Amino acid sequence: MIEREQVLHVARLARLRLSEEEVETMVGELSGILEHVDRIGNLDLEGVEPTSHVVALENVLRPDDAPWQSLPREVALASAPEPSEGAFRVPSPQAE
Amino acid sequence: MADILDLTVLEAHNAKMAGEFSPQEHVEAWFEAAGSDELNAYLWQNDRGAEAAAIEVEQDWNAPIAVKDIFCTEGVPTTAASRILEGYRPPYTATAVRQLIEAGLPILGKTNMDEFAMGSSNENSAYGPVLNPWDRERVPGGSSGGSAAAVAGGLAPWAIGTDTGGSIRQPAAFCGIVGLKPTYGAISRYGMIAFASSLDQCGPLTRTVSDAALLLAMLQGRDPLDSTSVGIEGGVSLPDREDLSGLRFGVPAELARDAVDAGVREVFERTLAKIEELGGEIAEVSLPNAEHGISAYYVIAPAEASSNLARYDGVRYGVRKGGDGDLIEMYETTRSEGFGAEVKRRIMLGTYALSSGYYDAYYGQAQKVRTRIAQDFSGAFADVDFVVTPTAPSVAFELGEKTDDPLAMYLNDFFTVPMSLAGIPAISIPAGLAEPEGGGRQLPVGFQIAAPAFGEQRLLDAAYALEQGIGFDARPGGRDG
Repeated sequence: MIEREQVLHVARLARLRLSEEEVETMVGELSGILEHVDRIGNLDLEGVEPTSHVVALENVLRPDDAPWQSLPREVALASAPEPSEGAFRVPSPQAE
Repeated sequence: MADILDLTVLEAHNAKMAGEFSPQEHVEAWFEAAGSDELNAYLWQNDRGAEAAAIEVEQDWNAPIAVKDIFCTEGVPTTAASRILEGYRPPYTATAVRQLIEAGLPILGKTNMDEFAMGSSNENSAYGPVLNPWDRERVPGGSSGGSAAAVAGGLAPWAIGTDTGGSIRQPAAFCGIVGLKPTYGAISRYGMIAFASSLDQCGPLTRTVSDAALLLAMLQGRDPLDSTSVGIEGGVSLPDREDLSGLRFGVPAELARDAVDAGVREVFERTLAKIEELGGEIAEVSLPNAEHGISAYYVIAPAEASSNLARYDGVRYGVRKGGDGDLIEMYETTRSEGFGAEVKRRIMLGTYALSSGYYDAYYGQAQKVRTRIAQDFSGAFADVDFVVTPTAPSVAFELGEKTDDPLAMYLNDFFTVPMSLAGIPAISIPAGLAEPEGGGRQLPVGFQIAAPAFGEQRLLDAAYALEQGIGFDARPGGRDG
């Protein structure tokens, strides 16, 4: 159902690094789940509107007058693994 | 203090009004009880002590509360039972929790759960499973397993949890208590760590329907910080209905055919008879698309989760691993070491379903099934006031029984997922005891009642009348379960 190559591709999209054992398990488990899920693939749902939100709401707006304060910078940074000079520090995106 | 712990929140209120004990004694008794947690129900306990907490009691009918660890609480560890958030102390408090604090409820602690609310057994917690107070060899259900076990095990008078596909109702059923999933939009989701945003909803886990109503009244409301919240028009008041005359209860013809354990079925049939005894009418309804609920749910929920959980990347909060490599390497190491097996499985499933070439076949199709299921319920409610089912196909299963078979675990949500997809309110009340299929001591069985969107008051009224009629008064055994 789902091939090893697809699992590796999806893991890369999801920013997950799977061990060899995890890849093996994932191939089997995802195939089993997808086999069940695929039952809806055969339903004739031509013309049925998809539902993304169950409660009918339209244009929930508020006046643009900033009714509450944003977190102070130092508070927002307090939980960061590596805050630096008032910002979130990350490793270089360029491989060395 | 044993007497105090036997009382529901409403009963304790009346006792306090009658001067039988003080609000301080009430709060102290519960803080002491919570401190004796042997079920791994709490991940964090309020160490300010009962004395400090008691001072904060402003309204004498309020009781301390246990909060699922998925709600952000300022300065208090909030992990969603994941390693990736170990040590995280949020800079703000979820609206639902803030409303409870403002109402004068002391927070007893944060309760254990399946990691990021993904699971039906609480075995997916990074901090160990919760034990069912009725039988410590069994699961409490999930994902709000810690909240359910705390209330059933006498470690909290009441609690809040979240329900995405049954995560309040199923653990309530497995632990013999009341669990209510309100209509999507009834309660603010602000500060509630997101799993599947179009399905997640906060709700109460309590000993009685009356306590659930008290808690819902405090939690519901429109919140400017959550534009999908609308509240419940007219609010919520204590239920007081004494019979079920004039009310019609629909039993889905399709659901009845599916595999339900004999013991659960027997309790379900007995409860239907009780409804008739109380003047209610039983009718058959048709929910032809409900059987596709699990398939649609296990596309939609993982898809939304894969998007929501992209934020855990080791940059702004939580744990960072592999910071010596390049950026992508840091992301991958952080996420691979920080997430547990079930969370990775759902992220993979969701990412696959949303990936190029598969989107229409999976996510698009699942959303159409969702429309069909909502239409099924609308059709049923044209004929009946409520739809009723067993809450779960079995009583609490054994620890480890389903951990090797994710699909078997998912199928346990069969009866609760359709209501989540339709966004409608549903309550589970304890209806009796049944022996597990493989034998063993008797365990609680939940009875689920679903109502049209925002029909909470009518739902609570009917559930209350039925609760009084059933008179469920079994409790977990001694301290060893």
